[in-house]
Amino acid sequence: MAQLNKSLSKTPTGIVGLDEITGGGLPTGRPTLICGAAGCGKTLFSLEFIVKGALDYDEPGVFMAFEEKAEELAINVASLGFDLEALQKDKKIKVDYVHIERSEIEETGEYDLDGLFIRLGYAIDSVKAKRVVLDTIENLFSGLANEAILRAELRRLFHWLKEKGVTAIITGEKGEGFLTRQGLEEYVSDCVILLDHRVINQISTRILRIIKYRGSVHGTNEYPFLIDEEGISVLPITALKLQHPVSSERVSSGVPSLDQMLEGKGFFRGSSILVSGTAGTGKTSIAAYFASETCKRKERCIYFAFEESPQQIIRNMRSIGIDLQQHIDNGYLAFNASRPTLNGLEMHLLTIHKAVRQFKPSSIILDPITNLITIGSVSEVKGMLIRLIDFLQAEQITVMFTALTLNTVVNEQTDEGVSSLVDAWLLVRDIENNGERNRGMYIMKSRGMRHSNQVREFVISDEGLSLVDVYLGPEGVLTGSAREAQQLMEETGIVLRTHAVTRKDREIERKRNVLQSKIESLRAEFESVSDELNKSYVEEELRKEVMHKNREELIKKRHNGNSNEPGGDEPRDTK
Amino acid sequence: METATSPGETNPEILNEDKYELRLYVAGKTTKSVAAINNLNKLCEEHLKGKYVIEVIDLLVQPQLAEGDQIFAIPTLVKKVPEPIRKIIGDLSNEEKVLVGLNIRPAKQ
Repeated sequence: MAQLNKSLSKTPTGIVGLDEITGGGLPTGRPTLICGAAGCGKTLFSLEFIVKGALDYDEPGVFMAFEEKAEELAINVASLGFDLEALQKDKKIKVDYVHIERSEIEETGEYDLDGLFIRLGYAIDSVKAKRVVLDTIENLFSGLANEAILRAELRRLFHWLKEKGVTAIITGEKGEGFLTRQGLEEYVSDCVILLDHRVINQISTRILRIIKYRGSVHGTNEYPFLIDEEGISVLPITALKLQHPVSSERVSSGVPSLDQMLEGKGFFRGSSILVSGTAGTGKTSIAAYFASETCKRKERCIYFAFEESPQQIIRNMRSIGIDLQQHIDNGYLAFNASRPTLNGLEMHLLTIHKAVRQFKPSSIILDPITNLITIGSVSEVKGMLIRLIDFLQAEQITVMFTALTLNTVVNEQTDEGVSSLVDAWLLVRDIENNGERNRGMYIMKSRGMRHSNQVREFVISDEGLSLVDVYLGPEGVLTGSAREAQQLMEETGIVLRTHAVTRKDREIERKRNVLQSKIESLRAEFESVSDELNKSYVEEELRKEVMHKNREELIKKRHNGNSNEPGGDEPRDTK
Repeated sequence: METATSPGETNPEILNEDKYELRLYVAGKTTKSVAAINNLNKLCEEHLKGKYVIEVIDLLVQPQLAEGDQIFAIPTLVKKVPEPIRKIIGDLSNEEKVLVGLNIRPAKQ
């Protein structure tokens, strides 16, 4: 903390975006000069500084007006929801109108501006102000003739303000060759902010630039800003560094077959997707699918339409089976339709910013970005889209752009030149063949994931979108009816083949039967042979046995004879 | 500061068309303030004897009064009556200018 104090401490303005550019706000306790031409928003800017200070930062403020009466101021900012009178009653701010009427004033001799100092000092003390605005102090020069005194007194005034320790804004009208008519920048040397109001091609853009900010790093670019019913918002443009968090979570595209081409999971959350293609190739349909899918996950989505009205889109999408109306009714989908020419590019960007901040969607759709070209050059559109993508990535919002590529130019670069910025790029194109037009789609790139390199045929029917594998054959890529014909032919082929197969099967069966019967007969033959062999063998056996038996008989008989006739002549007798 | 003469309503007998109500705003006793007071007194005695009221307001004492008369320079002399309201800022050292400013003498041709 001590270190912070040693460096420049800053007072937040509460103006959306400005505090980001200035790295925290205006220099605390020092005067800041805000200059610009008439009608560029100086008074509003400084008034918002005071009101926001009182409301949001508990820092009361004094608004010393040299141009408008307190009542006029109150009316002017009532439309922004600032109730100056109530704030004054609560002693949070003090508006002091310094009226200088030349015709009433005569100057004679020496004078100083102590009256102003006392008045301001009194006002500061009465509300214990930390913030002071002098709007526009240059009016003193029109009321008083003695410039030498004025200049000396102004120098003293700024010195005095510093001593008082109030954070001050001094406004000044833009002058010829100088930042302000009276060269106020000479006195206020700490911080100078220039407001500008430019009209290019009949479209106006308000621009803010920090000319100097002593002792602090600050953005030096021209930053567009917007004045609307919520006051001023400055675009906190490009993140100066590429340091946003990344998610590896996947979100479905809403078309299952498309997800299939992306590892079956879809896009990364927070990535930017470009869908480009020629007219009538279904870019809006893809976008609507994506929107619908987002809403189905109970996440919010904003659809920025630059070509069609919301009703038109809802009606058209119903014909391919998406009911966007229900998502609107459920509060998940918001449309933001405007003609590109309504605003300058930067205003569109701001509008998108604001819408995103309010609605907090998880994905947005810009359909189509091509039309933005009508209000800016290619490089401007590219610059705007870079900033948009930066912002969305920082917020982890998935964005889908659609872009029209012109039929005549078969160009792999989109006209906006954003193809290098996006994370995923789907190309939808016509494939003209055999007297019909079909849609082909492929993924040109998809960072950080394996993706199909195939061309798919992209079919839109009453049921919705689907991707069909194109027929890749000897004749090349076939789509549409040619593909269907090819498929039919293939089906016929299958039938024929099945037929052929069954015939062969039967033949085999027959062969097997023949073989089987042959085997049977051989076996029968074998059996008869073996029977034959067996028979002779048994006979032999039998004969052997019978002979043996006979011999035994014989022997026995001989023995019996010997016992009847002793002497051994018995066997002869028996013979 | 001798000239804290009472305002008009306390002297009803001299309230008429020619009566001058003058307020002189100063801030402390600076040389400019003192010079302005002296110059004003001298001038009034010479040209408006008996038909003027001077109120000197020290803004260091009463800073809240600065807003009402739209004071930003010091010293400032405000002529509220007779109409039109005029303001003369400075130490009133140029008598001619002050008299013209107070519509006592027409501007020189």
